[in-house]
Amino acid sequence: MIPAKFDYVAAESAGHAIELLAEHGDDAKVLAGGHSLLPMMKLRLATPELLIDIGGLDELAGVSVDGPDLVVGATTRHADLAASELARAEAPLLAYAASQVGDPQIRHRGTIGGSLSHADPAADLPMALVALGGTVVVEGQAGTRTVGADDFFLGYFETVLAPDELVTAVRVPRRPGVPWGYQKFVRRANDWAIVGVAALDGRIALANMGPTPLRAAAAENALAAGASAADAAELAADGTSPGEDLHADREYRRHLARILTRRALEHETA
Amino acid sequence: MTQIELTVNGEKRSDEVEPRLLLVHYLRELLGLRAANVGCDTTSCGACTVLLDGKSVKSCTVLAVQASGHEVTTAEGLAVGGELHPVQAAFRQQHGLQCGFCTPGMVMATVGLLAENPHPTEAEVREGLEGNLCRCTGYHNIVRAVLAAAQAQAGQVTGEQVTA
Ligand SMILES: Cc1cc2nc3c(=O)[nH]c(=O)nc-3n(C[C@H](O)[C@H](O)[C@H](O)COP(=O)(O)OP(=O)(O)OC[C@H]3O[C@@H](n4cnc5c(N)ncnc54)[C@H](O)[C@@H]3O)c2cc1C
Ligand code: FES
Ligand code: FES
Repeated sequence: MIPAKFDYVAAESAGHAIELLAEHGDDAKVLAGGHSLLPMMKLRLATPELLIDIGGLDELAGVSVDGPDLVVGATTRHADLAASELARAEAPLLAYAASQVGDPQIRHRGTIGGSLSHADPAADLPMALVALGGTVVVEGQAGTRTVGADDFFLGYFETVLAPDELVTAVRVPRRPGVPWGYQKFVRRANDWAIVGVAALDGRIALANMGPTPLRAAAAENALAAGASAADAAELAADGTSPGEDLHADREYRRHLARILTRRALEHETA
Repeated sequence: MTQIELTVNGEKRSDEVEPRLLLVHYLRELLGLRAANVGCDTTSCGACTVLLDGKSVKSCTVLAVQASGHEVTTAEGLAVGGELHPVQAAFRQQHGLQCGFCTPGMVMATVGLLAENPHPTEAEVREGLEGNLCRCTGYHNIVRAVLAAAQAQAGQVTGEQVTA
């Protein structure tokens, strides 16, 4: 499968990429790791006229600490985030989520900025961002803004990003030593979650239980009111209406959400 | 057309390519390096695995232009002076292949894995090869080959240390 024709520019800087985006609008797409965009272009589900490659921009890559936050550059590859000693110490849930994406080859290419911008509700890093209550740093011609995890995702493959905006970094609160749990239920190698749950300190995020990564609000409220993990987990699917596919119908997904939430609240990883 | 400059199996290249040209097609069709196979063409099977700056990637999902400025290694680039690379030798010794279609990808994924984790456990080998499918389902011998290759490489390193 061969993508439709397009022009290609390797961006010289984040500013250069933003300028090109502003100039070309909807005809242009940012290329980071290409592990969501290229498969879609090969199937001709996406036919951008211009690709603006930010994958080689060192200024956008890397893991650092800034006050209370761990800061992860947008083009940080999943493998580098998973292996980062800093990330593993300060936000182990995030590093673990990165290690659960696809397979080693995919993790060598895919980036956190691409994963969040792609906004697949079944994906690992969007769920991790929601569980951690992180923020997305977004830059455009109008300047820089930060968007909270709960506000960033609008729907299936849809975010608040304007066509001329670039994700430049992701910030998550540093939570060294805080217990957490991560559950990803899959049936095939290198696949997305049929249902995923990430939990940390009273926050519970669900993957593939609706059009965006979701908070399990009823379960969180029960925990806050003193319920046990097992009792709170019974409420994990409340208010959700997950999609159905070959792997799972709606009821099965809701069942999985309850079971996996209990395990996540008991700080299990799988 | 876009000009790309890269190193393939140690040799510097400069070529004009269409931006939409996939790395695997660049390697197979322009350079005649046909070890990397196209199996699924959907980033699932790993038959097209090559190393990009020493890290395993699926070349059906990388554009040739993205490899510009980088180093690509294919299975053709592993043997030195006609002598098989330890990973290749281990696949042969341990019978880690049947039809051979997945083999170049398995071998490249293994070289990448052992560079990151020179002493993997059996479980780490199985997880490390999660991105490579074998339709002949010869997984047990493949895992055995990877473990043997890890041992052989460890032996080589100690050998060098002893002589040094
Ligand atoms: C076989 C397969 C299995 C996978 N399994 C999983 C899995 O188990 N879990 C999981 O979470 N993911 C999985 N993925 C997806 C993978 O994580 C991708 O790497 C990720 O979704 C996209 O990141 P990327 O850098 O490759 O983005 P790209 O493909 O380059 O871009 C994706 C989209 O985001 C936009 N974009 C990229 N970067 C930015 C930016 N900085 N600012 C604004 N827009 C931007 C692009 O324009 C495009 O629309 C899988 C992918 C494949 C092919
Ligand atoms: S052909 Fe590239 S992963 Fe199957
Ligand atoms: S040996 Fe035939 S596909 Fe693996």
